[in-house]
Amino acid sequence: MYSEERIKNLKKMAVRIRSNIIDMIPPGKVGHLGGSCSIADIISVLYFDRMKGLDPKNPKNPERDRLLLSKGHAVLAQYAALTELHYFGHEELAKVKTLGGMLQGHPDIEKTPGLEAVTGSLGQGLSVSQGIAMALKLDKKPAKVFCICGDGELAEGQIWEAAMSAVNYKLDNLCLFIDHNGVQATGTTKDVFPIENLGERWSSFGWHVVEIDGHDIPQILDGISEADKTKKVPTVIIAKTIKGKGFPFAEGKAQFHNAALTEEQYTECKSIIANMKKELGE
Amino acid sequence: MKADIKCESLRTAYGEALVELGKKDSRIVALEADLGKSTQSIMFGNAYPERYFQMGIAEQNMLSTAAGLALTGKIPFVSTFAVFASGRPYDQIRSSIAIPDLSVLICGSSAGLSDFGDGKTHQSIDDIGIMRVLPHMTVLSPVDAVETKQMMAAMLTHKGPVYLRINRNDLPVLTDSSKSYKIGQMTRVRDGNDVVIFAAGVMVSKSLEAADLLEKDGISARVVNLSTIKPLDTEELEKQCKGVKAVITAEEHNIYCGLGSAVAEGLSELALPISMVGVNDSYGTSAKGYEELLVHYGLTADAIAAKAKKLLNK
Repeated sequence: MYSEERIKNLKKMAVRIRSNIIDMIPPGKVGHLGGSCSIADIISVLYFDRMKGLDPKNPKNPERDRLLLSKGHAVLAQYAALTELHYFGHEELAKVKTLGGMLQGHPDIEKTPGLEAVTGSLGQGLSVSQGIAMALKLDKKPAKVFCICGDGELAEGQIWEAAMSAVNYKLDNLCLFIDHNGVQATGTTKDVFPIENLGERWSSFGWHVVEIDGHDIPQILDGISEADKTKKVPTVIIAKTIKGKGFPFAEGKAQFHNAALTEEQYTECKSIIANMKKELGE
Repeated sequence: MKADIKCESLRTAYGEALVELGKKDSRIVALEADLGKSTQSIMFGNAYPERYFQMGIAEQNMLSTAAGLALTGKIPFVSTFAVFASGRPYDQIRSSIAIPDLSVLICGSSAGLSDFGDGKTHQSIDDIGIMRVLPHMTVLSPVDAVETKQMMAAMLTHKGPVYLRINRNDLPVLTDSSKSYKIGQMTRVRDGNDVVIFAAGVMVSKSLEAADLLEKDGISARVVNLSTIKPLDTEELEKQCKGVKAVITAEEHNIYCGLGSAVAEGLSELALPISMVGVNDSYGTSAKGYEELLVHYGLTADAIAAKAKKLLNK
């Protein structure tokens, strides 16, 4: 069991992540709210509990655990966490997606410290994560590679190429999260491109499969712990999530995949965040 | 081909150089997509099995995986046929490798028409164009086995991705093995004053034959091995044209977007007539032999000489 304090701190951090995401999309500014908020709790647990060797003064520390967002469009969630880890100042958030800003619309390792790969063209991040995991194994380093894919992204054939090769190379230092929010850019995955029985699919490819509620902190911790104990095969954690989680007007809606908030919606988000903080005693 | 010039395999040179470099530098890893016996990367696999990654027939995954290895301090050499190393994983090269400027070294083997029997799906007449258009990418086309090895040594210390275009067949050895290769260099392999011929790969020896033919007609042809197709040093390119009245380019590639286009872009501020020898905007076809196919597409000494004479009004 996890201490109440540990869970509470991670919940607080998830609220800060959501708050930072909203700071990056003031009214009228288009941003990927939905997919960023669906991974906020997973991001909180990874960066603020599980991942080791993170050092903003030495972002390339060879011993560090890695996190790659294969669904690079949700990078707002990663920026939100990296600023809390002091990789860059909070003032950068306002400059996201602007000329000269260090925070690009999709992950750019040449501009943003703390990011691990260029992603955004969907389907590639799992393969890049696999290459990192192979190199770590060659160097006998214990560091772990975490990757987050979207469920819509699973339509990319390259994902399944990597699903096969990661098993062939017994990459137990690779852990994939699937942000299974069931909604992609233009509708539900069920309507756009159904991918049913995800657990069976990954299991049949030889992965160790864990299914969790991706907004339940203890379940996320359990999933990671199970991945850490699993040897000889990579682990996939299929995290059932809600797109836009935290902001009811946006929850489960494709229109908030990449959209601008109105003044009213922005104010509502701010008030929701204030309430979330209050509930956690912040 | 002149009888007195020795021919050697560039593929064997590639495999041997991988093994030699791999011995000196443990950061080197090799990735292959089930064509290692043809590309000769298998030589590296036999020598260092733990650093050899058989990725199966899945080139897109292979290229992005190489990006991950490069991000973690390895120097990946990725080999497969040129068509499967360029067009097939284009976006993986673009997004995972070229945008972040990673030192992934890509070998496009059996390039051009050199896979003569397999026909149009396997003959790469567009790989130079595909690679040349990518910012950060370096494009190399070795003339022979010796230059292949020299280039691979140079690639090892180069920052950024490199595409190395390798012919399937044995080619005449023209390179001085006592020298080393500097990426970007262009090598004058024959002096002349009337016309300059820029060529790469197999077309360099064809250009030398063309120069012999032209000499008989009283035309003095300069031949330059343009084995670095990108980056192209415009100043040096202009220098190589000093004193001549016309420019010919010769390549085993589509005349669009290849070496000829690169030269024309580089010389755009000079008022020199340029004529190109290459595949005339069509796909390949199967043939019994390589020479026969080169003749079919007009990639011959005669064709080069004829273009030179036409430009010089002779």
